[in-house]
Amino acid sequence: MSIIAILITYIFISNFILVQFLGMCPFIGVSKNSESALGMGMAVTFVTSIASVVTWAVYTLLLAPFGLEYLRTVAFILVIAALVQVVELVIRKISPPLYKALGIYLPLITTNCAVLGIAIINIDQDYGCLQSFFAGLAAGLGFTLAIVLMSNIREKLDLAPVRKSFKGVPIAFISACLMALAFMAFDKSLLTNLHLV
Amino acid sequence: MNILLAFIIITAMGLLLGLGLAFVAKKLAVAKNEVQEKIEAALPGANCGSCGFAGCSAYAEAISTDKNTPLNLCTPGGADVAKAVGVIMGQEVEVSSKKKVAYVFCNGNCDVTNKDFDYQGVTDCNAAALLFDGDNTCKEGCLHLGSCIDVCPVEAISKDAKGDIVVDRELCISCGKCVDICPHNVIKLVDDDSQYVVACNNHESGAKVRKECSVGCIGCKICEKKFPESGCTVDKFLSTFDNDKPHSQIAEAAEACPSKCIVKRR
Repeated sequence: MSIIAILITYIFISNFILVQFLGMCPFIGVSKNSESALGMGMAVTFVTSIASVVTWAVYTLLLAPFGLEYLRTVAFILVIAALVQVVELVIRKISPPLYKALGIYLPLITTNCAVLGIAIINIDQDYGCLQSFFAGLAAGLGFTLAIVLMSNIREKLDLAPVRKSFKGVPIAFISACLMALAFMAFDKSLLTNLHLV
Repeated sequence: MNILLAFIIITAMGLLLGLGLAFVAKKLAVAKNEVQEKIEAALPGANCGSCGFAGCSAYAEAISTDKNTPLNLCTPGGADVAKAVGVIMGQEVEVSSKKKVAYVFCNGNCDVTNKDFDYQGVTDCNAAALLFDGDNTCKEGCLHLGSCIDVCPVEAISKDAKGDIVVDRELCISCGKCVDICPHNVIKLVDDDSQYVVACNNHESGAKVRKECSVGCIGCKICEKKFPESGCTVDKFLSTFDNDKPHSQIAEAAEACPSKCIVKRR
C-alpha cells in the first residue's frame, strides 16, 4: 500500500472513531468544546505516530525473533504507557505552554484503545516501519477530524431546543451515529477510483 | 523453556522501561515554585477569572513572578484571601471590605412588560438581543433567557416560578461574569448591605416607559425631590439608589414611587 493510500484509508475509510469504534471514551468525554477537542486530537496524533514506530520495532526486533508474538498486547501496553510518560516529561520540560494546554489529556491517552489499536493493526497488516508511522499519523488525524467535528456539533446542540430526555450525552450519541452513517460513504472503492491500489 | 523466555523478556522490558522513566524523570525534572503553590492553595480555586487572569493558577503564577501584581484582586476570596496571600508574600495588603453581589435591575416580566413580537430563536440573551434588541418593547430590560445563569461559575443565579432571574446573595462570589455577558447591562453589582434598589434600567422618558412597562422608572423625581434623604438621584429619566448617601427616607420614597420600582432587596 502506498503512503497516500494509507493516509486516506485511516483518516476516512476506516476512521478510528466513526468506522472502527475505537477510542470512544475521549470522543464523548472531551468533545464538549472545540478547543480542548483539538488539544486532545493533537496529543493523540502525536502519541499514535510515535507509538506506531516504537511498537513496530519492539515486535519485529524483540518479540518475533524469539517466537513470542502472542505477548504483543502486554508488551505494547507496557511500551505505550512508558512512552506517554516520557512524552509528558519531555513536553513539560521543553514547552510548558503546550503542557498546560494538553493538561490532563496527555496521561489519559495511555488508556486510549485507539493507540493500542493502531499498533496491532500495523502488525496484522504487515506494515514496514515507515508505513507504520504514517498509519499512526493518519489514525491520529482521523481521530482529530472526528472529535473536532463532534465538538462543533455539540456546541451547536447546547443552544438548540433538545427534548429534556435527550439533552447531553444521548443526543451526542445520536449525532455520532449519523456522522458514522455519513462516513460510510468513504468506501474501499475510493482507493480504486483514485488509482491508488 | 519458551515460558521462561517470555518471562525474562517481559521482565527485562518492564525493568528497562521503569529505569528509563526514572532516569528521564530525574534528568528532566522541573523545579517547582513553592511560593506559587502556596498562593494557589490559599486562593478559592473557583477559576472565575474576575482577577483578570486566566484562572487561580495563572494569578498565583503572576503574583509569584511579578512583584508589581496587586495581591487583592480576588473578589470571591475577599479580605480573608487577600490577607492570606499577603502573609505568604510578606506584604501588607489593602483590602476593601465591602462585599458586592449581583442584582438584576429589572422588575419586568410577561405580565407587566409589553412585547413587540414573539421570539422563538435560541435561548440565549445575546442571540435574542441581535434581533431588534429583544422581543420586549422595553429595549433595556431583562430578556429572561438566562445567559447569566449559564455563565455563573457557582450556580448562584436561577429563575423563580414567575420567570424572574434571581441571584442568591449567599452564593454570589461577585466575579462579574453575569455583568459582562448581559447584552442590556441589566445585571449589576450592588453592595450586599444595601437594603433597597431601583429595579429598572430604562433611560427613556416617562411617557415612553409607561407605554412599554408598568413597573419601569418614569423619571418623575418624586424620590429625589420629596425625599432628599432617600439616597436616590435621577439621571436620564432613571433613578438610582446610592447606599453610601444618607438614606433614612428610602422606605417612604419606595412607598411614594408611582410605578413601585424602588424595591426592597430579596
